Amino acid sequence: MPASPLLEVSDLSKRFPVRGSRSLVHAVDRVGFSLQAGESVGLVGESGCGKSTLVRLVTRLLDHTGGEIRFEGQEIGAIPSAHFAHRPERAKIQMVFQDPTDSLNPRFTAFDTVADPIRHLAGVSERRLLQDRVAEVADLVRLPGELLGRYPHQLSGGQQQRVGIARAIAVSPQLLILDEPTSALDVSVQAVILHLLAELRRRLGMSYLFVSHDLNVVRLITERVMVMYAGRIVEVGPTAEVFSRPNHPYTRALLSAIPTFDPNSRRERIRLPGEPQSPIDPSPTVCRFFGRCPEGFDRCAREMPALRHLGGDRHVACHLLDRDHDGEGPSE
Amino acid sequence: MSTAVLRMARAGRYVVLGNPLTFGAFLMLAGLVTLALFGHWIAPYDPLATAVGPRLAPPSTTHWFGTDHLGRDILSRVIVATRLDLLIAISAVTLSFAAGSAAGASAGFYGGWTERIVTRIVDTIMAFPLFVLAMGIMAAVGTSVMNIVLTVALINFPSYARIARAEVNVRRNAGYVEAARLAGNTPRRILAVHIYPNCLPTLIVQASMNMGWAILSAAGLSFIGLGVRPPTAEWGIMVSDGSAFMMSGEWWVSTFPGIALMLAVLSFNLMGDGLRDLIDPRRRS
Ligand SMILES: Nc1ncnc2c1ncn2[C@@H]1O[C@H](COP(=O)(O)OP(=O)(O)O)[C@@H](O)[C@H]1O
Ligand SMILES: [Mg+2]
Repeated sequence: MPASPLLEVSDLSKRFPVRGSRSLVHAVDRVGFSLQAGESVGLVGESGCGKSTLVRLVTRLLDHTGGEIRFEGQEIGAIPSAHFAHRPERAKIQMVFQDPTDSLNPRFTAFDTVADPIRHLAGVSERRLLQDRVAEVADLVRLPGELLGRYPHQLSGGQQQRVGIARAIAVSPQLLILDEPTSALDVSVQAVILHLLAELRRRLGMSYLFVSHDLNVVRLITERVMVMYAGRIVEVGPTAEVFSRPNHPYTRALLSAIPTFDPNSRRERIRLPGEPQSPIDPSPTVCRFFGRCPEGFDRCAREMPALRHLGGDRHVACHLLDRDHDGEGPSE
Repeated sequence: MSTAVLRMARAGRYVVLGNPLTFGAFLMLAGLVTLALFGHWIAPYDPLATAVGPRLAPPSTTHWFGTDHLGRDILSRVIVATRLDLLIAISAVTLSFAAGSAAGASAGFYGGWTERIVTRIVDTIMAFPLFVLAMGIMAAVGTSVMNIVLTVALINFPSYARIARAEVNVRRNAGYVEAARLAGNTPRRILAVHIYPNCLPTLIVQASMNMGWAILSAAGLSFIGLGVRPPTAEWGIMVSDGSAFMMSGEWWVSTFPGIALMLAVLSFNLMGDGLRDLIDPRRRS
């Protein structure tokens, strides 16, 4: 029997009102997934598909408009985000932001930034103890101690992101959410930060929910991956399996777009025809990918496919699988 | 810390070398502050004493700025008036800075009814021509230095409230604000410690620009008899007193306090301009 998951999300939705009308943007639409303690799960999908919104719901920075979020068995989704600062779960769910220049207070030194959560979440106020803990965390992220007195604009992009990571792990969270933590960095710095993140997870035993639109990064750092399209999760499975045998046509298209340097794998890049559907008041009975899907058929316009278990640890939301079982699916 | 000092020194050099106007304004303000602090000792005569010289004597070596219709020394009165004029302006600006930025920041941060109330107050004040509003209030509450300060503070309240609200609004969803929420800061602390200090530079520039206008408003109220009362030495009253003699040729009675007023307003405005360039390098020419 599997242990109860660290994080369990069910039927989670977020709809944003559209200014000046009654329409709603369905940014996250009835999403469900779970995450075990110590696990590293990737969340991939094109820009605007709702990844940031989903993780901001999970970190309780944003209030949902439907569904449940269970953390260690406790339902935390219904607590208004404004009150979440006082909850014991606050220290256990932390996040590393995408853009370090935007996520560091320009008037805070690196020390102040890292000390902030230690002060408020761990209740440490004595200067000595605070300095010890900040030094310890800076050491973990390999931020040289002499940089702790600097302001963000006096640090390089990589150093800034180390400060952001240090702040997030300062109170020893169980779940660390990383929203494209390297996409704002120079390519040369990206690899260094990714290795640091992989190492930190090994040393501290945290769970990662790792958002990225870069599949190579996800392959490097996650064990399981969730593919998101237009607010919905369309495929879930072990990263290696999903990458080698994608089940959803969108996953196939996404994977075909990865730049590869291997001359033997001359993959054909799948071009998606048509226009994506509008995220504003989408039809609940049409597959979100329909119209762009190279393999869509009439049933896709009549019925929204649900996320189904396929065996193993794989899930997919696509009608093509029924066709495959009927023996009339497209041959691979 | 030393890097901060270094940065300020570098910025200071930029202002001094690149902007002689700002530097001039800075020197002039330093002079005004000196007069405000030590004017009573610097002034050659008692500013209130009458008949220290002949009546309406033109500028001479004994009375550099001449004398007025009561034989008071105008130079002494102009010097001594600096303290009162600056004090009124600084108190009023400090008050409206504190109240306006607190109200505007809360409005921008909390939204909802806080924002509606603040917006309503601001709109109500702005519905009047500001100086006419000040005249009306002074006529109603009576003239005293305290009332001038409060009235001038009130008419300047909207500009601080609006700037603070806009500045807080653009930062409300910044990454570092979300990070501060994750770090367990309460909303009030986020506003006070994480957002407000980042809005200060813009507000301080506004205060500096506003100071000249505050001096002018206070002097203007006194000029039309709704402010400081004679025989107090105050630039607005002195201009008003002298205006009767302008036609008959005794130009010095009004002109010297008028020049003092103009220089004070000008130097605060130039200073504000310089500060803005300093804080927002994109505006540096
Ligand atoms: N605060 C908001 N108000 C209205 N719409 C929003 C807001 N935040 C995100 N959205 C919309 O939700 C969708 C998903 O955005 P986001 O979660 O940022 O995607 P991603 O992180 O995958 O790029 C987009 O269509 C975006 O315009
Ligand atoms: Mg995003």
